[in-house]
Amino acid sequence: MCLAIPARIVELDGDKAVVDAMGNRWKAKTTLLPEAKLGDLVLIHAGFAISLVDEEEAKKTWQLIAEISEFQDTSNKVSG
Amino acid sequence: MRASKHDKILLAHGGGGQLMDELIRHHILPSFKNDTLAELGDSAKLNVESSSLCFTTDSYVVKPLFFNGGDIGKLAVYGTVNDLAVAGSKPVALALSLIIEDGFEFELLDKILANISKAARQSNVDIVTGDTKTVEAGAADKVFINTAGIGVRLAGVNLGFQKITVGDTIIINGTIGDHGMTIISQREDMKFQSQLKSDCAALAALICELLEKTSGIRFMRDPTRGGLAATLNEITRSTGLSIEIHETAIPVKPAVQAAADMLGFDILTIANEGKFIAIVSPESADDCLNICRNHPLGKDAMIIGEVVQTRDVPLVEIETRIGGKRIVQMPYGRELPRIC
Amino acid sequence: MKQNTRNMLDRIYKAQNLMDAACEALGRQINIMEVCGTHTVSIFRNGIRSILPKNLKLLSGPGCPVCVTDQGYIDTVLQLADRDDCLIATYGDMIRVPGKDRSLETKQAKANVKVVLSSEDALQLAKDNTEKIVVFVAVGFETTAPATAVVVREAAAGSIDNFCILSGHKLVVPAMRALLSGKNHNINAFLCPGHVSVIIGYGAFAEIVEDFGRPCVVAGFEPVQIIEGLCEICRQLSAGKAKLKSIYSAVVTEKGNTAAQQTIDECFEPVDGYWRGLGKIEKSTLKLRDKYSRFDAFERFNITETPGEERKGCRCGEVLCGLIEPPECGLFGQNCTPQEPVGPCMVSSEGACAAWFKYGQEKRRKR
Repeated sequence: MCLAIPARIVELDGDKAVVDAMGNRWKAKTTLLPEAKLGDLVLIHAGFAISLVDEEEAKKTWQLIAEISEFQDTSNKVSG
Repeated sequence: MRASKHDKILLAHGGGGQLMDELIRHHILPSFKNDTLAELGDSAKLNVESSSLCFTTDSYVVKPLFFNGGDIGKLAVYGTVNDLAVAGSKPVALALSLIIEDGFEFELLDKILANISKAARQSNVDIVTGDTKTVEAGAADKVFINTAGIGVRLAGVNLGFQKITVGDTIIINGTIGDHGMTIISQREDMKFQSQLKSDCAALAALICELLEKTSGIRFMRDPTRGGLAATLNEITRSTGLSIEIHETAIPVKPAVQAAADMLGFDILTIANEGKFIAIVSPESADDCLNICRNHPLGKDAMIIGEVVQTRDVPLVEIETRIGGKRIVQMPYGRELPRIC
Repeated sequence: MKQNTRNMLDRIYKAQNLMDAACEALGRQINIMEVCGTHTVSIFRNGIRSILPKNLKLLSGPGCPVCVTDQGYIDTVLQLADRDDCLIATYGDMIRVPGKDRSLETKQAKANVKVVLSSEDALQLAKDNTEKIVVFVAVGFETTAPATAVVVREAAAGSIDNFCILSGHKLVVPAMRALLSGKNHNINAFLCPGHVSVIIGYGAFAEIVEDFGRPCVVAGFEPVQIIEGLCEICRQLSAGKAKLKSIYSAVVTEKGNTAAQQTIDECFEPVDGYWRGLGKIEKSTLKLRDKYSRFDAFERFNITETPGEERKGCRCGEVLCGLIEPPECGLFGQNCTPQEPVGPCMVSSEGACAAWFKYGQEKRRKR
């Protein structure tokens, strides 16, 4: 199974949703999370939202991923 | 380009007769205006001022044919041009073979030919000879392309596995995984909307600049199918040496990483089409980095690791983001079919 | 280096130091088992084993749904794939698991096997191919079972009669009980699965703590979560305690996702089932309830599930119980490789053998 990352519900029609994770958008269903609303952050597994995600925690995850674009110089690690 | 009275390829377009003549004269020749091709000889006659040449071939079966950042045509040119460049040669001529399925739309074929033409002009190569075949519907998935390329070896440049030694640095010219994840995002079974874009690009100019202005480059390769993992493992296998790379130094776009995480892929195994790795002596590393970073195709260039002594078996090892260590294996090669 | 990365690394260093101290105080080897395929992969990919205290042994347990699927079930799927009237819909990992002499992957050439990312895709396949019977290969733990239940309900509501499921859904807690009751006593604590806990709630593991006195800590799959989870376990063990704790508070609650639990309960009932390596476990497998039996492929095709035979030399069962590590299996790396797998632990990306092979634990130890 894939690692899930938090995704935001950007479209919602009944239980059919489109979720956005760092610019990538997938179709998902909210059947198992009836309380989910447009704009909520959710955890997606096998095409279904299974939990709401705490906003602060989600931000930390996203920021961690965003920070990988700050490539770290290894010139001090070069041997020889 | 005079439009054909047919809107789809028919088997007869490969039959050597009138329709094939029409295909060549109205679609193929106009796309690649050069005297050599115009002769339509059985072979192209070339005058090359060197007897030290590089020669390569690749076939392109990518699915889907058109994707964000490129198409099968652009790939077919750049892929072969890049193979010539990383071998230390200046590309001069390409052969182009098309295998087209009965029923393929001319409109799409013309688009592909136009993209091939544009890519060839940008790479400063001519399409000097080629071949076209048609097959029954279902025998080829729309269109397959093969290109073969000839390059003139750059003076004084001699790249090879045997030149790699302990202490050499490993440089990559930019972010990994862009091409492969873009293709995946447009595959029927995994489709997702994204801003991802293939990094498909012609590297010859940047590589030639590096080879002409620096003297410490030992070896180069472009990490296409199998990604960085495959390329680095090929190097350890061929040299008997080992490699250590650092996850924090490997350039990756956050959206690409996020997409790979979502689908469970290891970004190190994902294909690239606008990247090369260079094994460079420590003394030349900074110069190479600077040249790359001053070029549009190398602005995210990084030293990602180094060649080290083998302790037991030749290995590629990565220091992970959290300071752990694990081995990077040669990928199995079945996970992602028809990436390029 | 940016702040979040710095914070994450600080947390990891802190947890490492605490773990080192706790493990030193313990003085003996401790065995912690994780029972989640996602944990298996994350641990290997991040190189977590290389930064753990020397006397902390991390075992991979029966957390990979494909790996614990009995050979008999796999042979059943292959038989159904042979039928011209069937279309098999499956999650990706299943297609390479070998049966007696072939896998679903070889059947793909026949075009009646389709890989799907979601149970909804399987149902859609049935709607788009009314002349075929679509069989959804429904494997997975409690995280995935609700997704299957939803589409079964939808099939019933929409009278999509050419759709059925072959349920291989399994429950984690009965497996943990089976391990501790006989298969492997040498498990000192469990790192519990994050996403299963999202559904069942961390409270579901209370019985393991109460009945067996083992610490149970629920953690997410990110490296900082895994390391902090292991640290919590080490501290409990060195203090002689056994408690239930969840550190995945972003998404896990004590009660879990009750809507998902109700959905499972409406469609499924727990029955005895066969697990590779653990044999028959009571009330450990989900079967469709009578009112949905027409969507049950076992009923529809009159199949009785019988345990299959392991292939000769395959020790997946012992690997799954944490009794041996993959390199101890005679086939590992020789006759059983990712290119030519003998057993599911090598096929599945979450299998211990595949992870070991790919991320090279064995080669590191040779030094």
